[in-house]
Amino acid sequence: MKRRDFFKTATVAGLATFLKPEDALSAGLSSSKAPAVKTDMVAVMGGEPEEMLLVALKEMGGIGKFVKKGQKVVIKPNIGWDRKPELAANTNPDLIAALVKQCKIAGASQIIVFDHTCHDWKKSYTNSGIEAAVLKAGGKMVPGNDESYYAEVDLPHGVNLKKTKIHKSLLECDVWFNVPILKHHGGAKNTISMKNLMGIVWDRGFFHRNDLHQCIADTATFYKKPALNIVDAYRIMKSNGPQGKSEADVVTLKSLIMSPDYVAVDTAAMKMFSQVQPTDIKDVRYIDLAEKLKVGTQNLEKLNVKKIKL
Amino acid sequence: MRFLKNIRIVLSLLFFIPIFLFFIDFSGIVPLHLHALLMFQWIPALLSLNMVIIGVLLILSLLFGRIYCSTLCPLGVLQDILSWKSRLFRKRKKKLRFHHSKPLNVLRYSILATTVLLFVFGSSFLVIQLDPYSIFGRMASQLFQPLVILANNGLASIVNGMGNYSLYQVEQNSFVPVAFGISLFFFILVGIMSWFRGRLFCNTICPVGSTLGLLSKVSFFHISIQESSCTHCGLCEKSCKSECIDSKAMKVDDSRCVSCFNCISSCKNGSVKYNIRFKPKAEIPSQTPSNNSRRTFLLTSGAVISTLALAETKKLTGKKDNILSRKPVMPPGAGNLEHFNTHCTGCQLCVTKCPMDVLKPAALQYGISGIMQPHLEFSTEVFCTYDCNICSTVCPTQALNHLTMDDKKLIQIGVAQFRKDMCVVFTDETDCGACSEHCPTQAVHMIDYKNGLTIPEVTEDICIGCGACESICPVKPYKAIYIEGNVTQIKAKKPKEAKVFDKVIDDFGF
Repeated sequence: MKRRDFFKTATVAGLATFLKPEDALSAGLSSSKAPAVKTDMVAVMGGEPEEMLLVALKEMGGIGKFVKKGQKVVIKPNIGWDRKPELAANTNPDLIAALVKQCKIAGASQIIVFDHTCHDWKKSYTNSGIEAAVLKAGGKMVPGNDESYYAEVDLPHGVNLKKTKIHKSLLECDVWFNVPILKHHGGAKNTISMKNLMGIVWDRGFFHRNDLHQCIADTATFYKKPALNIVDAYRIMKSNGPQGKSEADVVTLKSLIMSPDYVAVDTAAMKMFSQVQPTDIKDVRYIDLAEKLKVGTQNLEKLNVKKIKL
Repeated sequence: MRFLKNIRIVLSLLFFIPIFLFFIDFSGIVPLHLHALLMFQWIPALLSLNMVIIGVLLILSLLFGRIYCSTLCPLGVLQDILSWKSRLFRKRKKKLRFHHSKPLNVLRYSILATTVLLFVFGSSFLVIQLDPYSIFGRMASQLFQPLVILANNGLASIVNGMGNYSLYQVEQNSFVPVAFGISLFFFILVGIMSWFRGRLFCNTICPVGSTLGLLSKVSFFHISIQESSCTHCGLCEKSCKSECIDSKAMKVDDSRCVSCFNCISSCKNGSVKYNIRFKPKAEIPSQTPSNNSRRTFLLTSGAVISTLALAETKKLTGKKDNILSRKPVMPPGAGNLEHFNTHCTGCQLCVTKCPMDVLKPAALQYGISGIMQPHLEFSTEVFCTYDCNICSTVCPTQALNHLTMDDKKLIQIGVAQFRKDMCVVFTDETDCGACSEHCPTQAVHMIDYKNGLTIPEVTEDICIGCGACESICPVKPYKAIYIEGNVTQIKAKKPKEAKVFDKVIDDFGF
């Protein structure tokens, strides 16, 4: 524990010298420091989860641009599986903890973290390491295991999915962050930011019965968009996803991609993933379908993308 | 000697309260190792042939009489509580209300003989239905736990509304009509009997009580009334919940006495004693012959009844294969069907402890003998967790042999059967893969189909039958993939690991 703490301190201290001293810890609370040209996407490589998050947030204009004092924040990681962090089945707990801390610094009144898990929710919350990390950082874990926690929402732009039940904490919050992990997926081919939305809905069986890809794209039309999609690619799962069998399925890329655009962030993540496991992005059909529904763009050339290596 | 009753009460609560909490706990707060307390139950100890425990229980019974009934047996203690509570609803004068009654020997020994003979001939039907510990377990799991969950959910919705999530909603899915009906029947039966007549159930129906009654006739210590000082006031008789004291004749029927010591505490002048048994030699020959003839009669009649019952059982189990399209899936560690069916008493401990609630008491899946024995019933996101061996850890009868976590992950309890013509990838030509997504070993994996679609395929020798695939298959009402139970559980092959990716990626790729 002590060694880990040392590294954390060292990382933050290192950043403090690397960035401007006054906004090192908060990664730029005030939006006045935002760059003149709007950044659409940031990709960071080569750091620890917390340091990559801080760098990316700073490029995006600082946490204060997204979270205002007194706001209720929801963070939606992937906590689908009863797996330890090393198996890359769930979002990295250090990343979630760092994001909770940032929201705290920005003055959030409440930070809720939840997922509609696939495995036993309590075991998933515990063994993913996310529950402990969130509680320590000052956030709150909320269950998603019961239909009573969900309320029906219309999706007027949806094609197959016209309405669905979405977790109430998300409906009631002021701002939310979608924090998926980059993984291979037996059914949807890959799971990134849009596939992570299946954890905010109650009835997933409907998705599988009514064209999975279309329903995923339909969910992305949900009116309340996340402030940011933060793709955890510190460890990725290259095969046997989404659960994985062993650490042989895991590749450590030490990366993070951040964008408010679902389609753009999934496109970028697919390109990164394809370097490890060549995959035709056309087979990840929900990306195309979501673009057709004007959820976002696959054309990264058009966007102002910042790539940072640490 | 009045301290004896207090010791009995303290001891009984020391066992009863943890066992009760262990059964009704749905959240896993009560520590798992409490299952060790259940080792001291007679039927589980006998079925698992745990010689040490059997020896200890035997010595205790031969020394002190039926203290199992008054301290260790949760159903016995539950009856005491009910019987005691019933006093609150009586008029003051009637609080000491029992009076001596004759033993219902024909009934109790017939039930005992039938139970034993049926078991010897291979049907555990009556052992399962009449083991007092298991009757208690079923009441706890089918009646008490749902009430606790109901209360929890009510409280949870209140505190959740206030933004507190220390309590959470729990799904009520333990309800199985047959199991509920049987549990309720026994609850009413035991409840009425104990409310009005104390330990009548233990002394007429319970086969363990009848057996221990035979032992307590010769136990080293027993209750006796000191003739010289007895005033025939009848207080001991009125306080005897076994109704086995005849205060006029100053006789105690040892076979029905459960060593509760209420009589000792009730006696105003200390005439009721718990003493070493002194048996005048003259009495023995006069008693034995009559007993023998009676027993012979009972055993023969019992044998006739049980043979008839057995024949009936065979007939019904014979139908099993025709009625049910698939073989039941036994919990991991069951070994094979015969072992499981003859060792499990259907106490529902594994059912209440299963964190996924996939274990359910069987109706007729195992035939009539196996009503109440657990089987796996898959429903949406309810399946056997890969990293879990709780059922095989807590089983008190060794119907489920303990599996280490590594062993559990390789025990094949059934095999997935994929029906391509029902799969949405085939019927709708859309991606799905929910089954493969949930498969922990990737025995169910996706292979290329057409137009970039992938379709499931099953590698049977690495499938462990956990049912994750069946639980999540979106096809209704009959699933496109389901688990066929193994009659004999075997070891599955270890799933092959993926090829390690060893190149270094230092480009974003876009």
